[in-house]
Amino acid sequence: MLEGLMIGLSTAFSMTNLLMVIGGCLIGTFIGMLPGLGPMSIIAIMIPVAISMGDPSAALILLAGVYYGAIFGGSTSSILLNAPGVAGTVATAFDGYPMARKGQAGKALTIAAIASFCGGTLGAVLLMVFAPMLSTVALLFHSAEYFALMVVGLSAIAAFAGTGNVAKALLMTLLGLIMATVGEGALFNMPRFTMGLMDLQSGFSFITLAMAMFALPEALFLVLNPRRSATGDDGGKITGLRITKEEARKIAPVIGRQSIQGFFIGVLPGAGATIASFLGYAVERNIASKEEQKEFGHGSIKGLAAPETANNAACTGSFVPLLTLGIPGSGTTAILLGALVALNVTPGPRLMIDNPQIFWAVIISMYIGNFVLLVLNLPLIPYIAKLLAIPRNYLIPFILFFTLMGSYIGQNNATELLILVGFGICATVLRFADYPLAPLLIGFILGRMLEDNFSRSMQIYDGFGFIFDRPMTAGLLVLAVLLVVVPSYRARRARLRAAGVADGD
Amino acid sequence: MALDRWIALIILGIALAYGYAAFFAMDHLLPPFMQRNPIWPSTFPKVLAVLAIVTSAVIVLGLEKASGEAKTPDIDYRRLGDYNLGQALALLALMVAYALLLRPAGFLLSTGGFLAVGGIILGERKFHILIPVAALATGVVWYLVEGVLGIFLRPWPFFLG
Repeated sequence: MLEGLMIGLSTAFSMTNLLMVIGGCLIGTFIGMLPGLGPMSIIAIMIPVAISMGDPSAALILLAGVYYGAIFGGSTSSILLNAPGVAGTVATAFDGYPMARKGQAGKALTIAAIASFCGGTLGAVLLMVFAPMLSTVALLFHSAEYFALMVVGLSAIAAFAGTGNVAKALLMTLLGLIMATVGEGALFNMPRFTMGLMDLQSGFSFITLAMAMFALPEALFLVLNPRRSATGDDGGKITGLRITKEEARKIAPVIGRQSIQGFFIGVLPGAGATIASFLGYAVERNIASKEEQKEFGHGSIKGLAAPETANNAACTGSFVPLLTLGIPGSGTTAILLGALVALNVTPGPRLMIDNPQIFWAVIISMYIGNFVLLVLNLPLIPYIAKLLAIPRNYLIPFILFFTLMGSYIGQNNATELLILVGFGICATVLRFADYPLAPLLIGFILGRMLEDNFSRSMQIYDGFGFIFDRPMTAGLLVLAVLLVVVPSYRARRARLRAAGVADGD
Repeated sequence: MALDRWIALIILGIALAYGYAAFFAMDHLLPPFMQRNPIWPSTFPKVLAVLAIVTSAVIVLGLEKASGEAKTPDIDYRRLGDYNLGQALALLALMVAYALLLRPAGFLLSTGGFLAVGGIILGERKFHILIPVAALATGVVWYLVEGVLGIFLRPWPFFLG
């Protein structure tokens, strides 16, 4: 591990990579503050830039910096304007905004900055400890287990993303997998489902799909409902950045607990910053004393520190499955995975052996990134907040233009733009009907790998025998089925019980 | 029938067409030597088709009930007329126009036009600010893409070279 750390330090501390971290954090913070542009859209926009750099470690460091920056920037607009730019910072607004209204905006931002810093840094320590362990275990995995593990990951994403709507999330995942089969696969030299169209020969472009699924619908929603982008008067005067000793003592245990909890939630595929922040908020409220519980929702510092710590720790945690297993735990890391594959790096257990400099440089850059964010957030807050005052008449055309540019630069093909608009409209309609879109993208990105591993195991075992011959595969597949079935079953039983039909146990 | 079930019905149709292609339209194209393989190009799509048909049927038939607590949606599609629907549609049309004009009209004209017209659609009337901002942004982006990233974008319309 020490040797790896040294490699990482030397890679991450090169001039280019330092600039990448700082630049990434800055870009992420600025764009993350804009309502409607979450880390997923920002990373999707940044991908053409990252890919054209050619150096995978620099690209991943840049994108990771953007990722933290976006989560961080989201908390700024959550606190100041009650306009969370990112789903992961919605819980931050619960107590952050009341604090800002009470005139404690400065204190709230300081707490957010410190909590994020601690969460991110502790998360990076945990990542350093657990990632190598996980990757040794992962080396025992063969194609069959990989296939099964991806099925588990996808069904977990479907099960978590849906919360009560498992079938919808599952359907979206399947739709993503179906879209991934369009075009020429790696194992078979024949085009499939292209309907004879040359433009579909190489399949759908994932950047186009990512833009169409996230950035475009969000921009359209902003147009449809101007109140979503409602900006307040301005950041106001922000004074009183300091927190007292007593307050520090109050939030320290919260930060400690939530760093660990957030990290492990982030590790689970399908969970992620949003779930981690809500769960962190809920847990801290439940274990707080009766008097403190009353404060939650009215400007409690514990209620602010909990989600802020948890979402940053979860961001770090979500890198564990990506770097060690090659399985993205969230939509954002799925986009990162796509970027890596485009750069000819295959994340997975071999990553630490084949490209140790990438692996460790990313970990080191997490520390640097967190530090940069802390330095950035404290003194610059009053100025950063001014960006929120960009009128939407200017903001929205620019967002749309950047989505168009992102997918055009990737393919250099104007047809791609029409596909983008078409998918964007479909995605907007899907959002109207409350279909989750992240599973679709994750399914699309994992689809190729899933099929490759499935085909390989089929070839090795000459048929479906691998499911029964390898106990771990069978176990994982059973787990995948349980993940989908159990929540639906429990929801059904709860409903029946509520209706007085089922006799309870 | 609610919108989500209509969508599921459409997806069911797509899945049926996909399944038809996977089960009946692909295998006869397979060269004889590949037919001895345990896995065919159509194997995985067949599995997906069956799963997608079952899942979309579950939604169409309403077998899985919602969790009970009604969420307030961001945008209620039943009252779509209450929102700025015209603006959204105009912006979509503008994006299509941009896609069609990017090559013939060149990057600078189409992008500058896109940003300016986008602002006008959204109700901006201060042209003395809007047009310089759009022009400046176009120039900066063109410089970044062409100069920094090294991706060629034809700046001027086709008849100017």
